[in-house]
Amino acid sequence: MASANKVGARNRPLSPHLQIWRWGPAMLVSILHRVTGGGLSVVGLGVLLWWLGALAGGPASYATFAGVMGAWYGQIVLVGLTWAFFQHLCSGLRHFVLDMGAGYELEANARWSVLTIVISVVLTAGVWACILVR
Amino acid sequence: MGNGTSIGQVRGLGSAHSGSGNWLQERFTGIASLIVSLYLLFSLLMLPSFNFLTVKAWISHTVPATAMILFVVANFWHARSGMLVVIEDYVHEHGTKFAVVTALNLIAFAGAAFGVLSIVRLALGA
Repeated sequence: MASANKVGARNRPLSPHLQIWRWGPAMLVSILHRVTGGGLSVVGLGVLLWWLGALAGGPASYATFAGVMGAWYGQIVLVGLTWAFFQHLCSGLRHFVLDMGAGYELEANARWSVLTIVISVVLTAGVWACILVR
Repeated sequence: MGNGTSIGQVRGLGSAHSGSGNWLQERFTGIASLIVSLYLLFSLLMLPSFNFLTVKAWISHTVPATAMILFVVANFWHARSGMLVVIEDYVHEHGTKFAVVTALNLIAFAGAAFGVLSIVRLALGA
């Protein structure tokens, strides 16, 4: 019975995936939430552990870390992580509102979806302006 | 409970009583991460520079060290909860899923332990 059902289940229609739907703000922010979460989990936590380990290791290991993060490719990674952090934070807050059952009206939903991206870009620019003007 | 479609096989069995556990953990650790991240962001941005001695002196203080330990624990827990959902969405074969979830748990606990130990060493004067 189980195996017969498994074969049957394989042929059953699946929910259409990313490539089927017309892209909209809510869909973009939804997949961005997952992509930024994955990026922060793998790259973000990796850089965090390297930073803490290099600090605990002493001046030489910290210099290695600072050298890589100060180079152009390190700066790209750090700016990318800053944006991913703020984007995940903003769309995470949006999820708390949606969890409460609010914000599903089409216009409000699209507006707050776009605003999470605008706010994350502005906050990223603000943080790096603070770092660079120091 | 019938033996037809997959939903028919489980209809009437009632709740699994564990479905909301990981979902709630994502929310709780998300709130924790939000609070402690904002503190660390402002605290770090107020440092005059990010050179070794400045950052080491900063993280050796009790409050920043406590916040950084909470940051590591909350974010590894949050990452584990979130990645678990992603794995459950995309990895369907039982054996592969077991292996990937095992790896996720090992990496999450090992990473958090390494981060916490590094901070404790700094706070106690490495």
